[in-house]
Amino acid sequence: MLRQLTLTALAAAGFASLAAPAVAQDTIYVPLLTYRTGPFAGSGIHIANGMRDYLEMLNQRDGGIGGAKIIIEECETGYDTKKGVECYESTKGKNPVLYNPYSTGITLQLIPKAAVDKVPVLSMAYGLSASADGTNFPWVFNPPVTYWDGASVFIRHVLQAEGGNIRGKTIGLIHLDAPFGKEPIPVLEALAKEYGFNLKLYPVPAAQMQNQGSVWLSIRRDRVDWIYNQGWGAMNPTAVKEAVKNGFPIDKLVGVWWAGGDDDARAGEAGAKGYKTLNFHNTGAQFPVMQDILKHVFDKNLSQAKREQVGENLYNRGVYNSMLIAEAVRTAQRLTGKKAVNGADVRRGLEALNITEARLKEIGMEGFAAPVKVTCTDHNGHNKVFVSQWDGTKYVKASDWIEPLKNIVRPLIEEAAKEYVSKDAGWPKRTEACDAPA
Amino acid sequence: MDLLFKIFIDPFLQMGAMPDLLVQTLWEGLVSGVLYALIALGFVLIFKASGVFNFAQGIMVVFAGLTLVGLHEKGVPAWLAVLLTLGVMLALAVAVERVVLRPLVNQPDIILFMATFGLTYVLIGIGEFIFGGEPKQMITEELGLPRGAIDVAMLGGRVTFQKIDIAAAVIASIMIAALAVFFQYTRIGRALRAVADSHKAALSVGISLNQIWAIVWFAAGIVALITGIMWGARSDVSFALQTIALKALPVLILGGFTSIPGAIVGGLIIGIGEKLAEFYWGPLVGGGIENWIAYVIALGFLMVRPQGLFGDKIIERI
Repeated sequence: MLRQLTLTALAAAGFASLAAPAVAQDTIYVPLLTYRTGPFAGSGIHIANGMRDYLEMLNQRDGGIGGAKIIIEECETGYDTKKGVECYESTKGKNPVLYNPYSTGITLQLIPKAAVDKVPVLSMAYGLSASADGTNFPWVFNPPVTYWDGASVFIRHVLQAEGGNIRGKTIGLIHLDAPFGKEPIPVLEALAKEYGFNLKLYPVPAAQMQNQGSVWLSIRRDRVDWIYNQGWGAMNPTAVKEAVKNGFPIDKLVGVWWAGGDDDARAGEAGAKGYKTLNFHNTGAQFPVMQDILKHVFDKNLSQAKREQVGENLYNRGVYNSMLIAEAVRTAQRLTGKKAVNGADVRRGLEALNITEARLKEIGMEGFAAPVKVTCTDHNGHNKVFVSQWDGTKYVKASDWIEPLKNIVRPLIEEAAKEYVSKDAGWPKRTEACDAPA
Repeated sequence: MDLLFKIFIDPFLQMGAMPDLLVQTLWEGLVSGVLYALIALGFVLIFKASGVFNFAQGIMVVFAGLTLVGLHEKGVPAWLAVLLTLGVMLALAVAVERVVLRPLVNQPDIILFMATFGLTYVLIGIGEFIFGGEPKQMITEELGLPRGAIDVAMLGGRVTFQKIDIAAAVIASIMIAALAVFFQYTRIGRALRAVADSHKAALSVGISLNQIWAIVWFAAGIVALITGIMWGARSDVSFALQTIALKALPVLILGGFTSIPGAIVGGLIIGIGEKLAEFYWGPLVGGGIENWIAYVIALGFLMVRPQGLFGDKIIERI
């Protein structure tokens, strides 16, 4: 019996040694909290595909980032905060370099955990707007733009279209009745005072996303001039359909960047032509980075997306998100001299992130996006945004890059950050050193 | 005083000042109500025959809609896809009877209710595995359903009637009438009613419970398909639709779990009531009340008639 056990153990050890690589490879573990199921899957699938495909392309083309292979693991959240936290808890022991919660609700739950577990949170253009304040939130990053910047760009767009005077106009915010949807309210209230417009709020509960009839009747009754749509998932195509159905001027319905799925606009058929959404990257598959994804991922059947979806708005959003991850890891490698960086290293990488025009060209994204610079105090950058417009088949760039109203947004962010921290007596003071920008 | 004015006077002044919007709100409520009634009907059919509250009715709506659109995407002509979808719903009904209901005969109702919970998640999983999680556009045009709107100038304004909403109201009404006739005048319908009254008495006169359950689940499947087509045409066919199906709950509370007329009247009261409440009283509390006001309406009725509007009064000897 003992002999049998010894032989079995020896055989197992021998087999294990054969299976192990000759030289241990440096790896970087990137968990992706995604949702390919549930009511928000219509938006989530495209982003998940874009995020995964860019990282996979780096693995296939370059062998990873800076010589370290990327271990990509998706965890399905269904856009459910509870499941998102479960995903976090089940993966945090694997030495993740950062987390992408892909939900404002999940982000809010992870913010207090980030400093404790020493893993940064990258909530790209979503999450808590106040977390742009790096002094109070050293472990949370939300570049390139906050919801508050987005709302201010929307108002600037309206100002431009209305000849600079919107006093007395009625501007509506139709929003998902959830933390994500409510985010732009404080800045819109501040801007309403500043510019003299009437702000009307139209919350849409998640259970009513596909049943918005009375909301749009209210919009008609209130004679709303412009609508800002802070919607997600099944809410967006229904909003576009209802706008068309109710005869609301479609070019005066402007979505936040998350309300810019190609499927969202398609749902409105011919009537959706002219629908607008804010954007911080371009659409289309003509960029070298997209061609590399097609060559190294699609040609090898490694993607879950359809080939024709490459270039669509939300797919490209996922690619952009993973580009930020990769550039943060690269910066961390440069700062530490290590290949297999950890969460604390990538926090430094995110804080010293400086993606210039030249760098965008190097990574095949010239003309795809604007430069991004993060600093120790500013974890966002409050970068420029443009307006995209649906031409019946795709989104096209319909404005120049528009600067957010930083003079209004930034003080509000710092004030909100202080308020957030003051509510939590045990909130740690920043002790992290500040690296020089890359 | 100001608050009382806003609650009790102002909404009615608004109705008088903009009567076209009142008509539009009533129309929206009517269409929603008819669709709620259709969903509630699916619940009532199964509850009458087996005493089971079928939690899976919502996902059956999504599953039927996705099957139809999915088959069409594979190149199956629209009307053939409808027939094949009916075949799938029949197969599902038989499978539910064989795999879920038959082994649980004589178990407490709560066990059967929990089994339909399980069925819901199985159907979600199968649906997402086969069709993916992306929303799909209903094949409205291919099915010959009307599109566009009719604008009518009236009461100093305009009222818009979407043709698909008119079609939904008409088709749902025909469906409800057909089911009522089926229950009242056919042999199977009478057997269904006998089962609803007493399983033991039905068995004693030779009615097969297994057969009846399969038939009734298939009937609920047909209702689910019609609902999926109509609601899918108004928005999209996505897994988010199953939450709308839960709107049938207040309808059932109001109309009674065993009454077809109750489902119809309850659906209309809830549909119209929630739209009026959201439109005229919603702004007082920041909007978004449509989600829960339906339950307030239903509970209000329950205080007067605890068994629901048309539910059977239960008198038990103690």
